[in-house]
Amino acid sequence: MATTYGSKRLVVGAHYGLRDWLSQRITAVVMAVFTIAVLAQLLMGGPIDYYKWSAIFGRQWMKVLTFVVIVSLLWHVWVGMRDVWMDYVKSMGVRLGLQALTIVWLVGCAGWAVQVLWRL
Amino acid sequence: MVTSLKEQALEVRPVYRNIHVTQLASYRLPPAGWASILHRISGVLMFLLLPFAIWMFDASLTSEVSFEQFRSLFVAGALGLPGWLWKLAAFALIWAYLFHFCAGVRHLWMDATHSVGLEFGRNSALGAIALSTLLTLVLGAKLFGLF
Repeated sequence: MATTYGSKRLVVGAHYGLRDWLSQRITAVVMAVFTIAVLAQLLMGGPIDYYKWSAIFGRQWMKVLTFVVIVSLLWHVWVGMRDVWMDYVKSMGVRLGLQALTIVWLVGCAGWAVQVLWRL
Repeated sequence: MVTSLKEQALEVRPVYRNIHVTQLASYRLPPAGWASILHRISGVLMFLLLPFAIWMFDASLTSEVSFEQFRSLFVAGALGLPGWLWKLAAFALIWAYLFHFCAGVRHLWMDATHSVGLEFGRNSALGAIALSTLLTLVLGAKLFGLF
């Protein structure tokens, strides 16, 4: 049997399961709560326009929740995309490259989203 | 005698492999299988459309001027692409979000209540697909101005 530990450890393999599984579910709950919070405020009274929309994100607790959602999204998508690459991409070099691109893509997107939130 | 029987048994042994994406068309998936692969497809789609989603978040919130730019994207278009194509991208995001949400709640429910039976798996998969399709059609109709 091929050695997959020590210096021959499969660096892009699934070496931990529960941590990813749990973090994916916790972040999912955070994002679901956020979705319902936004929808509830959006549908409550009055027409939907810029003022109503921006007022939702002007509240301090919504800013905090949105920040938590951005971090949760980053984490959740990382776990999911890593699963996808591990399932369909068998070449280790290509997989590592795609995982690196995923990290850059996600950190870039999260940075942009935080920047938007910061300005509000 | 013993060896030949053994060989015979080995010959008819069924082989189970993971389904590859390219083989999906030739497989008849059960509802839970459809929910599973669509969960994946919707997730990857949102990953790819993430910059578009953040642009919408940015433009719709930053100022009244940027809010108007956000609205005009779906009418006048941008980056050489017509407005309806951007609407189609938004529609894809709406479907992906709603489906991923419904399928995700199904998973959380199964984890929390240990509902891992065949019957529940089938019914909840059909429920998630039906509910998300219905919501997508309603929001899609709103997006394309049908009501």
